[in-house]
Amino acid sequence: MTTPEITLYRLQACPYCERVVRKLKQYELDYESRFVEPMHSDRNAVARLTGKRSVPAIRDENTGVTMSESGNIVEYLDNTYGDGAAGGA
Amino acid sequence: MVDFDVVELPETDHVAVGEEAPDFTRPLVGDEYWSDTALSDLDGPVALVFFPMDGAFPATYVWNEIRDREWGSSSDLTVVGVSISTPYEHKTFIAERGMDYELFSDPSAEVGEQYGVVHDLDGMPGVREHRPAVFLLDEDHVVEYAWVAAEWPDFPDYDEIEAHIERP
Repeated sequence: MTTPEITLYRLQACPYCERVVRKLKQYELDYESRFVEPMHSDRNAVARLTGKRSVPAIRDENTGVTMSESGNIVEYLDNTYGDGAAGGA
Repeated sequence: MVDFDVVELPETDHVAVGEEAPDFTRPLVGDEYWSDTALSDLDGPVALVFFPMDGAFPATYVWNEIRDREWGSSSDLTVVGVSISTPYEHKTFIAERGMDYELFSDPSAEVGEQYGVVHDLDGMPGVREHRPAVFLLDEDHVVEYAWVAAEWPDFPDYDEIEAHIERP
């Protein structure tokens, strides 16, 4: 089992996280799900990654990008892997 | 001398020494998050520890002992547990025990089925869990040592396992 390039930090049953999952599936991207604490204050793994404790958050080794906020992530995925991708990646 | 009857568990055709450890993928729970992990993703020798559900006293005893003996801390041995408890329960258990080990979550006990270590619990209809069991796997994940509880409760022979771990 190879490690996917994209890591998604998510919370079970979080609609914003599912929104990102739908987008990852749409573009058939391989990703590793890391499920974190419902308790916001305990999400140190996410805080170390993004500087914030909010999920979803992703790390994409293909591009070196780390980000949170589902709106931003969806936009990033569209721009990077969508039909209108700027190319290169 | 015990003055009560220890429950004997039926014989089981468990994974034996010399066999390749069956691979499986389950959520592997650490102190910060969990993610799907295959046994084959774990490098080097592995101590695979099956234990009764988190919260039952055998689970607490087994992990207190392993923690206090610091298994794996001075070698490349990876020590991992497997129980039927959910990832949330594993996270709580790890925090309460203050232990530096990760635990696989196998609520269906299907991994236990693969290894021949399932225990159908009396008095809890529909609940089956793992018998206490320890498998030591070498770097190619071939079983070097296997112990499966034959009684209930029953505990690993920690000294014997340590002798195997420390053998060069």
